[in-house]
Amino acid sequence: MEALKTTLTGRAEVLEGLAEHPAVKAILAWSPSALADAKLDRGELTLTIAAEAICPAAATVQAAGYNFFEDLTAVDWFPSTPRFQLSYHLVSHIYKERIRLRVLLDGDAPSVESITAIWPAANFYEREVFDLFGISFSGHPNLRRIMMPDDWQGHPLRKDFPVEGYR
Amino acid sequence: MNAGTPILEAAVPTGAHDQHMVLNMGPQHPSMHGVLRLVLEIDGEIVVRLYPEIGYLHTGIEKSCETKLFQQVVPLTDRIDYLSPMANNLCYCLAVERLLGLEIPAKAQWMRVLLAELTRLNSHLIWLGTHAMDIGALTVFLYTFREREEILRIFEGLAGQRMMTSYFRIGGLSVEPPLDFFDRVQGFIRSFPEKIDEYANLLTGNPIFRNRLQGVGILSAADAIALGVTGPNMRGSGVDFDLRRDMPYSGYERFQFKVPIATEGDCWARYLIRLTEMRESVGIIQQALDGMPQGPIKADAPKIVLPNREKMKTQMEALIHHFKIVTEGFNVPAGEVYQGIESPRGQMGYYVVSDGSAKPWRVHMRNPSFATLQAIETMCKGRMLADVVAVVGSIDIVLGEIDR
Repeated sequence: MEALKTTLTGRAEVLEGLAEHPAVKAILAWSPSALADAKLDRGELTLTIAAEAICPAAATVQAAGYNFFEDLTAVDWFPSTPRFQLSYHLVSHIYKERIRLRVLLDGDAPSVESITAIWPAANFYEREVFDLFGISFSGHPNLRRIMMPDDWQGHPLRKDFPVEGYR
Repeated sequence: MNAGTPILEAAVPTGAHDQHMVLNMGPQHPSMHGVLRLVLEIDGEIVVRLYPEIGYLHTGIEKSCETKLFQQVVPLTDRIDYLSPMANNLCYCLAVERLLGLEIPAKAQWMRVLLAELTRLNSHLIWLGTHAMDIGALTVFLYTFREREEILRIFEGLAGQRMMTSYFRIGGLSVEPPLDFFDRVQGFIRSFPEKIDEYANLLTGNPIFRNRLQGVGILSAADAIALGVTGPNMRGSGVDFDLRRDMPYSGYERFQFKVPIATEGDCWARYLIRLTEMRESVGIIQQALDGMPQGPIKADAPKIVLPNREKMKTQMEALIHHFKIVTEGFNVPAGEVYQGIESPRGQMGYYVVSDGSAKPWRVHMRNPSFATLQAIETMCKGRMLADVVAVVGSIDIVLGEIDR
């Protein structure tokens, strides 16, 4: 419960308050510039990673003990910018703890490198985000729609996609 | 991107074999547990490649959630995994309660644990019945449905609904359990261990059942982690991790239970794990009954939790709150929360993002079956076609939660 009450906002505060955290330590040791932002909110640590650095960052936290890829999804912040947020949830079986890696992407032809080479489990999740948000993942072995039919137009979970009626 | 290209094309093998064949299993097939389509490339009877095609049940629940008030999402979560509605309710409520910073009273927490474990029994009973039926042991199905019926009757007495219970609320439970609830649960779990012995007698010593499962669908521990497999399937491969024990929620840290582990990673190991899990669940339910605290079942938060009927009819304040919650909902502080729980099928997670309004900005469900399905090719490759049925049965998937 104590951890839930602590809130650290901003990169500097997290680096000071959680300097010994295994994931923070590993990322700083690898490349401090890749860590764009960080926060600890409601007991959850969020590390914002520069979009082009997601693959090496994922490999770094994997080596630091966050061995299990649990979830990947996107959030559409339309009409704010940057429009898309990718949230990677990773679990450590050793520390019994979860972290979130966050990547921010622009709304214009969003694309990011696939992490399927690090966690094959991300395969379906990246396809789902591609299908429903239209974010493409370079280097994905089979990037095709997973929920919607192959010939579907548009990406249903985008905020500018209507909830009902004809388009 | 790949629209129009076939999902799988049969490779022309080198050597003297005949050409490989592409075979569709499903989407309408009795052993596919819903509308799952498996595209298989087979060499005679040997599976060369396998590709699961999903999305036939996609109803856009995540999109619907964004148009509803926070409390209106609860009934939608029932419909994701129709065999374990309480687990979905629990996971969503815990996520929103963490966003709100609500303290849940002890009785509600214990009731939630009790119901989550009853749901686990319910789900495992269906799994056992249908899995055994796939393998050809038809009798077990009738026995497991006999016990499941009693669980559904208990749920009906509690929530008025057999399957889509929607009994949990943000901030607690919807109503007090009926007077005979605890006695019925006690009666059920008193006789249930004998019933598990009965299933074990029918199946564990049955040479046909054993031969169909042992050594079939092997998944190594490394593959299980790499492919995101969780729950009993992961523990059957020797990975010792259970969210109830390792990252406890809703008061699970106060319960004593064992987490069964097997190292073989085959269908047989998964069968034994689930059978043992049912026995452990009975133990947890007994502890919940014995130690059930007294007190309120709803958090003390009049602007979030609906007042009870009597208060609403007699107090002006309560009437106003009731009206406001029902018409406008309540604002949830901005932020994002990922809540994971151990559902009957594995690690379930709800990722709820709020922008500070009364409707969720984004609700995402991480469902165990979705990830487990990725491992099916690894388990079936190089095996006989008939083993695919055994594997699909043993990993216990529900298509409702895969497609959402």
